[in-house]
Amino acid sequence: MRTIGLVALHVFRDSVRDKVLYSIVAFAVILMAVSYLIGQLTAGEDLKIIKDLGLAAMSLMGLFIAVFIGIGLIAREIDRRSIYAVLAKPVRRHELLLGKYIGLVGTLFVNLAVMALAYYLVLAYIGSTLSEAALKAASAPPTDPRLLLAVMMIGLELALVTALALFWSTFSSSALLSAGLTFGLYVAGQFGADLKNFEQVVKSPAAGLIGRALYYLLPNFAAFDIKTEVVHALPIQPGYLSLTAGYALIYIALLLTASVMIFARRDFK
Amino acid sequence: MKGVTKLGAGFLTIAVLTMGVVRLQMVREQRFTQAEATQQVLYVSSPAVLTRLALSYDALVADLYWIRAIQYYGGTRLSDAASKSYALLYPLLDLTTALDPNFNIAYEFGAFFLSEKKPGGPGRSDLAIRLLEKGIAARPDRWQYPYDVGFVHYRDGDYKDAAEWFLRAAETPGAKKDGERADVWLRPLAANTLAAGRDTRSSRVLYQQLLKSDASWLRADAARRLKQLDAIDSIAVLEQLTAEYERRFGNPPPRWDDMVRAGLLRRAPLDPDGHEYVLNPWWGDVTLADDSPLWPLPTEKPA
Repeated sequence: MRTIGLVALHVFRDSVRDKVLYSIVAFAVILMAVSYLIGQLTAGEDLKIIKDLGLAAMSLMGLFIAVFIGIGLIAREIDRRSIYAVLAKPVRRHELLLGKYIGLVGTLFVNLAVMALAYYLVLAYIGSTLSEAALKAASAPPTDPRLLLAVMMIGLELALVTALALFWSTFSSSALLSAGLTFGLYVAGQFGADLKNFEQVVKSPAAGLIGRALYYLLPNFAAFDIKTEVVHALPIQPGYLSLTAGYALIYIALLLTASVMIFARRDFK
Repeated sequence: MKGVTKLGAGFLTIAVLTMGVVRLQMVREQRFTQAEATQQVLYVSSPAVLTRLALSYDALVADLYWIRAIQYYGGTRLSDAASKSYALLYPLLDLTTALDPNFNIAYEFGAFFLSEKKPGGPGRSDLAIRLLEKGIAARPDRWQYPYDVGFVHYRDGDYKDAAEWFLRAAETPGAKKDGERADVWLRPLAANTLAAGRDTRSSRVLYQQLLKSDASWLRADAARRLKQLDAIDSIAVLEQLTAEYERRFGNPPPRWDDMVRAGLLRRAPLDPDGHEYVLNPWWGDVTLADDSPLWPLPTEKPA
């Protein structure tokens, strides 16, 4: 356990050295610049647009970090041949893998937490500039605590994307292929409803069955999207969040188990 | 020292090249303005396709389409073109609301834009109502959408349908919500609209509601409309007085001073924006001065 923690800490420090946390600065600059521009470009609902933009920026920045760093976590060690030096130490393969995963997810969560703080500060400022009528007309208050639920779901989604990226990188030595596969599954995972109802648009029952099987097997990334609900203060069904969180954790466990099994048998020559 | 000189030379080169790029762009712009006139194109017109393309960023893409719809409407409205085409306005609003079915402002302002009368506006009340009906399907609890449909009918002079929609608005669960109780004023409004037809009282109620809007331009427009209604009522009273003058002296008053001398007015009357009303010495009818910000008045007749 201690080894996993040390590897995770190393990954976090490596990410800081690689200027990953610069994304926070980029996020804050984008949000502040846009919050000024939005007032000039739109007619009302500035608050909704800034909320949408903040959540989308957090999700997109996290997605790029999760994919591009996630696929390099193992591949880079193999490329640089530093994997030999690491595994020569008392570090078992699964400890290295899990440490890497936890380190990157930790980086992502720190990133998200600071971005969420910047997000709330910008929203509080925007809220202070709005008229009473605009505040009354808004579907939710500027610094609505429910926005944190969306941030939490983004965090879980990113943890799943990281597990997916790590999974591909355990057996593929091509970063491009790993990135393509991760992004491909991320996109496919947004089409859950279409896959589920595939039988309604095809004549072949077999094709319909395959669509339905894919719906259950592929990671359902659409389930993590509650951005619209929190921004519009719409109700979220009881148990939805806990079930989705449970789904993410089980899927992550599945991917990490598969990654550990593949990585344990991988030949680095 | 050598390093500093190199760095300085580098910055200088960048500055010179930047100025070159900007200058060239300015020259290019002057020479090829006509050739570069952009035509508004909607690359993706299917809401179903766009919703899928947006992945989980549908709300953000909806915001972008909404901003585009506003810019498109504003750009077209302010253009000098003799015949203004708003062909893309409804498709843009349709895409916006397909991406985010809870985008209230896109339904409400979108319908307002679409139903604006020609020649300045699109004059497409049918599309405005279609957009609002989409909103009603997405959020049947909101009273604002049926109310807005009523408003579109009202603007078109279709008072019977307007009254029906105001009643429908009063029946929605949202109108009966504590703290809001919009049904309290929606029912009398429906009754007024149905009974009185073109009266300024109904208009006043409608525009007073718009005064509570969160959009400052809509509040400003409503405030101007309310002043116009005040002017309509004042003109009605003034025309009664000019008729009284004609009854007494056998001809309409040539100037306001004659009305003052006859004791019918204390001074020359001013409109709500402080401009003197114009008196027609031949017929005795009263109008706004054409330099008044309230000119021209809508066609409503006073109650």
